Amino acid sequence: MNLMNSSFFAVIKSAFGSEVWAIITPAIVDTVYMTVLTMVFTLVLGLILGIVLLVTAEEGVHPLPLFNKVIGAVVNVLRSLPSMILIILTLPLSRMVIGKAYGPGACIFALVVSCVPMFARLVENSIMEVPKGKIEAAKAMGTPNFQLIIKVLIPEALPSLIRSFTIAVIAIISVTALAGSFGAGGLGDVAVRFGYSRFKTDILIAAVVVLVIIVQLVQFIGDSLSKYIIKKRFLI
Amino acid sequence: MTIEEKHQVLLQINGLHKEYDGTTVLDDINLSIHKGEVVVILGPSGCGKSTLLRCMNGLEKIQGGEIVFSGKDLTDKNVDWQNTRQQIGMVFQNYDLFPHMTVMENVLLGPVKVQKRDKAESLEQAEQLLKRVGLFERKDAYPRQLSGGQKQRIAIVRALCMNPQIMLFDEVTAALDPEMVREVLDVMLGLAKQGMTMMIVTHEMGFAKAVADRIIFIDAGKICEIATPDEFFSNPTTERAKQFLNIFQY
Repeated sequence: MNLMNSSFFAVIKSAFGSEVWAIITPAIVDTVYMTVLTMVFTLVLGLILGIVLLVTAEEGVHPLPLFNKVIGAVVNVLRSLPSMILIILTLPLSRMVIGKAYGPGACIFALVVSCVPMFARLVENSIMEVPKGKIEAAKAMGTPNFQLIIKVLIPEALPSLIRSFTIAVIAIISVTALAGSFGAGGLGDVAVRFGYSRFKTDILIAAVVVLVIIVQLVQFIGDSLSKYIIKKRFLI
Repeated sequence: MTIEEKHQVLLQINGLHKEYDGTTVLDDINLSIHKGEVVVILGPSGCGKSTLLRCMNGLEKIQGGEIVFSGKDLTDKNVDWQNTRQQIGMVFQNYDLFPHMTVMENVLLGPVKVQKRDKAESLEQAEQLLKRVGLFERKDAYPRQLSGGQKQRIAIVRALCMNPQIMLFDEVTAALDPEMVREVLDVMLGLAKQGMTMMIVTHEMGFAKAVADRIIFIDAGKICEIATPDEFFSNPTTERAKQFLNIFQY
C-alpha cells in the first residue's frame, strides 16, 4: 500500500495493521539481536581500546609513544572508512568464521569493526575530562596504574562514559539498518526491500516508527542512568 | 622522638635543577630536611615553590641534581615511585578528593587498596584521624556535600592514613574562604606539634611564623634565604626578601 493508490490515513492505518507487523516483528528481533550483540562487543573492546589509547599517550600514565601512534593510526583508518565499505570489506571475514556472509550474525563483524574505533575515541574523550588534579592526587598516593584506571579514571568518568555509550548504541542501530541492505536482515532491510523497492509505504512507516521508538528508549535509558549517578554523588 | 632521630636527615636535595622546555624553573637547590622538622617555603608567585614540592614525589621530573629520601636516591632510573609515594603524603590546593567516593572511601583507598593493609585496622585508624579533625560524623558524605575547609581536612586525613614519613602541603589554604583557612591551619599545626616532618608552601605569613622551624625563601627559582622564622620576619638579610615581606604589611 502506498500514497499513490491509497489515502494518507489508509496508509497510516495499514502501517499499524497485523499484515505489516507480521513482516516487521521478525525484523525487529533481528535488529535487536544485531544491536545487542554489537553493543556488548563494542562496550568491552571499545572501552579497552579507548583506555589503551589514553594510557599510552605521551601525557598518559604509561607513555608508549610509538605503540600509541600505531594504534591511533589504525583507529583513524577504520574511522575514515564509511560503514558501507567496512561491511563489504569484512564480509569475507564473516564467511571464514561463521561460514556465511548473510544474516544477522554475519554482519556483527562489520558492525563491531566500524563501531569499536568510534566508541574508543568517545571513551578517550570522556576520560580525558577527568580533572588532572584527581589523577595527580591518586598518583601521589602511589596508586598503581591498573588501580588508577579501575578505581579512579573509569568511575570518575562514568556519567560521561554512559552518555558516550548511548551515542555509540544509537550509531550501532543506524549501522545495522545499513547492514540490512547487505543481507543482514532487520528493520533496515525491510525498509529498503518493501518500503523503497516495492513502494510499500505502510511498511516503511512502521519500520521508521519502531526505529524511532528504539532510539528514544536507548537515549532515555542512557540519560537516566547518567543522571542517577551524578545525583548519587550530589554533583547536581 | 630522641635527639638522634631528630637530627637524622630524611630528605636531602643536592643541586636540583628543573626546567620546562629550556626555561629554568629551579636552579641549584640545596636543602636538607631533618626528621620532625617543619620547613615552610615562601616566595612570590611563579618562583617555583610548588614545583619544588612536586619534584619531591616525582610529579615533576628533574633535569639535574639529586633527591635522596630516607636513604634512597630518587633520581635513580629504577626508583619504585609507587612505593616511595606511599611514604610521601601530599595535599593539594584544590583538595582533589574523588567525588565518586564517600569521605570514608576516599580515606581508605590508600591504606586498603594501594597499601593492601588490613581493613579493620585501617578503618580504626581512619576513624581516629577523622575524629581528630572533627569530621567523623561526615564519614558517609560525598565530597560535594562538604565545605572547602572540610574537604581539605579530609584530604589531609587521606594522606595521613598512609602513614607517610613526610607530608607535602601545596598552598592548601589558597582556594579556601578566609573563614575556613583557620580550621585547616589548626590541623596542620597539630600535626607539626606531633612531630610530623612537613614541607609547606603557603602565603599565610602568620601561620608560617607559628609553624616553621625554618623558612626557605625562594625567588626566581633559587633559594635566596634560609632562616629561622624569627630571623626571617624581623630581620631578613636579602633585599628581595625585604621587598617580599613589605608587600604583606598593609
